[in-house]
Amino acid sequence: MRYSADEIIEVYRMLREEELDIRSVTLSINTLFALAGNLESTIKRLETLNQTLEKFSYAVDEVSGKYGIRVVTRRVAVSPIQFFLESLSEEEGIEIAKFLDKLAEIHKIDYISGYSAFADRGFTKGALKTLKTFAKALNTTRRLTGMINAASTIAGMNMEAIKLYVNEIFNMPPTSSSRASIMANVPPDSPFVPSAHHGLGMPEATINIAVSGPGVIESAIRRSKPKTLEELHDVIKRAAFKVTRLGELIGKRVAEKMGINFTTVDLSLAPSPTVGDSVAGIIEAMGIEKMGGHGSLAALAILMDAVKKGGAMATSAVGGLSSTFIPVSEDSVMIERALEGYIDFYTLIALSAVCNSGIDMVGVSKSQGMDKVIGLISDVLALGITLNKILGARIIPVDSPPGSYVDLGGLLGKVVVMKLKDVDVSGFISHAGYMPSTIKRLELG
Amino acid sequence: MENAIIIVVGADKPGIVAGIASKLAENNANIIDISQTVVRGIFAMIMVVDISKCKVSLAELRKQLQEKGKELGVEVQAYHEEVFRYIERV
Repeated sequence: MRYSADEIIEVYRMLREEELDIRSVTLSINTLFALAGNLESTIKRLETLNQTLEKFSYAVDEVSGKYGIRVVTRRVAVSPIQFFLESLSEEEGIEIAKFLDKLAEIHKIDYISGYSAFADRGFTKGALKTLKTFAKALNTTRRLTGMINAASTIAGMNMEAIKLYVNEIFNMPPTSSSRASIMANVPPDSPFVPSAHHGLGMPEATINIAVSGPGVIESAIRRSKPKTLEELHDVIKRAAFKVTRLGELIGKRVAEKMGINFTTVDLSLAPSPTVGDSVAGIIEAMGIEKMGGHGSLAALAILMDAVKKGGAMATSAVGGLSSTFIPVSEDSVMIERALEGYIDFYTLIALSAVCNSGIDMVGVSKSQGMDKVIGLISDVLALGITLNKILGARIIPVDSPPGSYVDLGGLLGKVVVMKLKDVDVSGFISHAGYMPSTIKRLELG
Repeated sequence: MENAIIIVVGADKPGIVAGIASKLAENNANIIDISQTVVRGIFAMIMVVDISKCKVSLAELRKQLQEKGKELGVEVQAYHEEVFRYIERV
């Protein structure tokens, strides 16, 4: 098959200059075979993961080497710890956390995800123990991540879970809280940490892929200078198709090497703190001078739709969150605009209506208190329920005042501390219990 | 046949083609096609190479070519043809 010089140079540019890479290859693996009712047997059974993880690491190296494609992170998602803690104690949960963390370190896995529980309608013993040990588990590990699904369109929203969660993240340093999230409608096949986990209904093991590529989309827009919104949509759609195809290729090949199912490509654009790898950069290339300005939501809606349409043609295996991510600290332009004041919490909530990011990687000042953070999270999750979409919040409580930032380095970037509104919400959040599922529930059957 | 696509970018000077081609020959990689183009004013050479009988893996070949490229003052990238097939063809 012949390729024109233009085609070859286009691919070269995407990979070399526009930061196109595979954000993550995630091995999602069932670990419920290790449920044993006592810690010793559980750990012994989990030790069999050593072989699989070694094979996984080798497969990623092989495929990345063969194709010359950078794989930024390799991740493992395991069955939610909640199941283990139904019968084990809180202390034993911490031991499993440490074991998983060690396993990840040995096999050069960047993140191992699954210190997670589902508590959208209420708590089982396991879910409650998971939540109560959240800070301790993440504070004593480095690569473990966890999530609490505290709301769903089907079940409603558990306010008690949000309160407990916020209490936990207030006891974490930023290096831990950046590995924790609270979600609504979490999917069972997401390659994105912190919310990845091996969900129910999945086969024994699967490979899920997350591609990056905001730089490719931004360059395509800047080069083609579209005159109409239709042209703009088309340019993004074509670029998203190409980005997604790369994910499909790498995912299939890694899965083949491991002899397991290739499950999904997340149709997403995920930024990194590298300059030229920014989702906000795309919005600005679309003609909004500063991300956060009026029109940003419309621009993001066009971007999201075009990415999904382009991606849908490129892979039949759509999954995960399939969205544009705007984790503030991980996007060089978002960081700047947040520091300049163009982006605040309400802008992020509004943007969440058209993408699945929610409020991601944003700092709050501990001095403003927990109540406002609980209120903020309930806003995000309520939006998720009402719009019947996946949304999450990854909030980083810090000691610094609003307007400052904390540099976490690497892919995590600079966490900007945003001001919460100085409004007392204690009356609302002091209500116990849960928010009933909305009328949407009836439409779902 | 299993092909790789090799892209050499840098300032033009004598010996680039010979240097890269000899490294490919050493490893028993067969050049099928060569073309030259200019990317944003920079010299770029594109080679399609059959690696089905190559003595080393593509990762290793890439490493060797990049070392050669450093000597020659050019940047060398080597990608498996499948990358182009997936991205450019439906």
